[in-house]
Amino acid sequence: MKRSEIASKVSGFICTENILAVLMMAAALIVPAFLSQYRVGIFSYFYTTVLLVLSISLIWGFAGIFSFGQAAFFGIGGYTYGIIAKLAANTAMTPIALLAGVALAAAVAAILGYFMFYGGINDVFVGLITMCFTIALSTFMGQTAGSQWKIGNVSLGGFNGLTKIPTLYFGSYKCSKTAFYYVTLIIVAAVFIALKVLKHTKVGYSLLAIRENRTRSELFGYNVPKIQVLVFTAGGAIAGLAGALYAAWGNYITPSNLNLDASTLVVVLVAAGGRKNATAAVLFTIIYSYIANQLSSSGSQFALIILGLMLILVVLFVPDGIISGVFDGIDALFKKLFGRKQAEPDKGEKI
Amino acid sequence: MSENETILELVKVSKQFGGIQAVENFDFKVEKGALHCLIGPNGAGKTTVFKLITGLYPVSSGRVKFKGRDITGMSASKRARNGLSIKMQVPGVFEDLTLRENIRIAAGNYVGAASLDEETERLIKMVKLDSLGNPPVRNMSHGQQQWLEIAMALASNPELLLLDEPAAGMGPEETAFTAELVKELNAQGLTILFIDHDMDFVRSIAKEVTVMHYGKKFAEGTVDEISNHAGVKQIYLGNV
Repeated sequence: MKRSEIASKVSGFICTENILAVLMMAAALIVPAFLSQYRVGIFSYFYTTVLLVLSISLIWGFAGIFSFGQAAFFGIGGYTYGIIAKLAANTAMTPIALLAGVALAAAVAAILGYFMFYGGINDVFVGLITMCFTIALSTFMGQTAGSQWKIGNVSLGGFNGLTKIPTLYFGSYKCSKTAFYYVTLIIVAAVFIALKVLKHTKVGYSLLAIRENRTRSELFGYNVPKIQVLVFTAGGAIAGLAGALYAAWGNYITPSNLNLDASTLVVVLVAAGGRKNATAAVLFTIIYSYIANQLSSSGSQFALIILGLMLILVVLFVPDGIISGVFDGIDALFKKLFGRKQAEPDKGEKI
Repeated sequence: MSENETILELVKVSKQFGGIQAVENFDFKVEKGALHCLIGPNGAGKTTVFKLITGLYPVSSGRVKFKGRDITGMSASKRARNGLSIKMQVPGVFEDLTLRENIRIAAGNYVGAASLDEETERLIKMVKLDSLGNPPVRNMSHGQQQWLEIAMALASNPELLLLDEPAAGMGPEETAFTAELVKELNAQGLTILFIDHDMDFVRSIAKEVTVMHYGKKFAEGTVDEISNHAGVKQIYLGNV
């Protein structure tokens, strides 16, 4: 590669979004050294929410599929992990349970996606169908309190959900809070980097195409329903992974983790942060989660009120998202001050 | 395929929208290598025919054949991958993305990742947009967007290119460049079927012309034959 090409690529990489992404990752790596075990555990919980948010960034931000179903896939992943981990003869099976949670969530997303997208369902109707799916699943899980709702000797528990779920083990090693923190961090970082890389791949371009104009994409030869099913399945798998990690983290999962409130919350987080910018959505999720955690420890529900107000302001004034708008503002300011030329391929659109 | 072989054939194609008969028993052929124009008054059914050819609309009856193969039941995306490409009437470009992102989207389905950048630059140069840098498409002029869409339509290396009003809304210089571009592409062997209302533009490039009226074929011939056709003058050229 020529020196000028390398310089161009480096110059293209340097922007507020990427600098913050690197700083966030660096901070995440050293954070456990400065926090109590309790706080480390809380951050692991934040990362499961971040993973769920990334699943929406993928399907909504990249492919324009607006879904209220991600919490349902989160729940499927969590319940599957819980049931298999509890049924298993030994805790060394927990990674298998984790993979099973991902696989079942992906399979359900694939089936639902197949009927929606090959059936010509799109736009707001996908939102409505996934919303109904979420409501149906959480309602169903809520009525499983009776003794007849058992898988093996594992009771589904109705509104109390599954409890005493084993945490994650690797062989005979039980993940400590710090080890679990790094497991979730590695997974979140891998998914995040994959999404960043995806934008400049052929698959990324096909997703952008169907997000922007499905009819035109078909005329460019893209098999739109097939691509939609694949990305919806991938989104379901990521949400399922988040749910399985959540169940392993908290040792429980209940229908409230997969109800409409949970689904709406993550959609709002992505919209408020910036749906076309995964870094913005992740940063906003961590900030919100931290504030919500601080406020909820005092027993208040102010976090949801603040989020609601923020969403109204976002829709009115910064429809591309608060954090995304801040990134663009800082970049524009630096460009004005220092006249730095942005790399051409990154003009106009950010994911 | 021999030089005069038919590349596209519509056999008694009809399209109804509720009670409206948009296209009726339309028989139509395009020879390989042709630069063929479809004209007709507003509402004659020209754009509907393009949508029937590309598969955006299913035919109500009749058959569509491409390269000798019946593609009537084939999806739009499969037709595109088989060599049919279109520049739409309203530019079908992605306005929120950049010039190069648009081209990459169009070419991404047809070239390997390693040659995607090279192909992108080739197509941009072909339509002479290489001096623009890489602006968001929404900041480009209407004419530039039309040329961008032509470049995107060429990304699949098609065998038949459909152009729906390629010079619509352009000034004289832009129209002249578009005419040169279309002629050059045709000279390179690409079969082109286009729709246009600007008769000067049609005369400057078309070899064959088919006239539609009320969803039916009204006349067919060379540009001169059509220009001197009394019936066509009556219905389309305003008796001039």
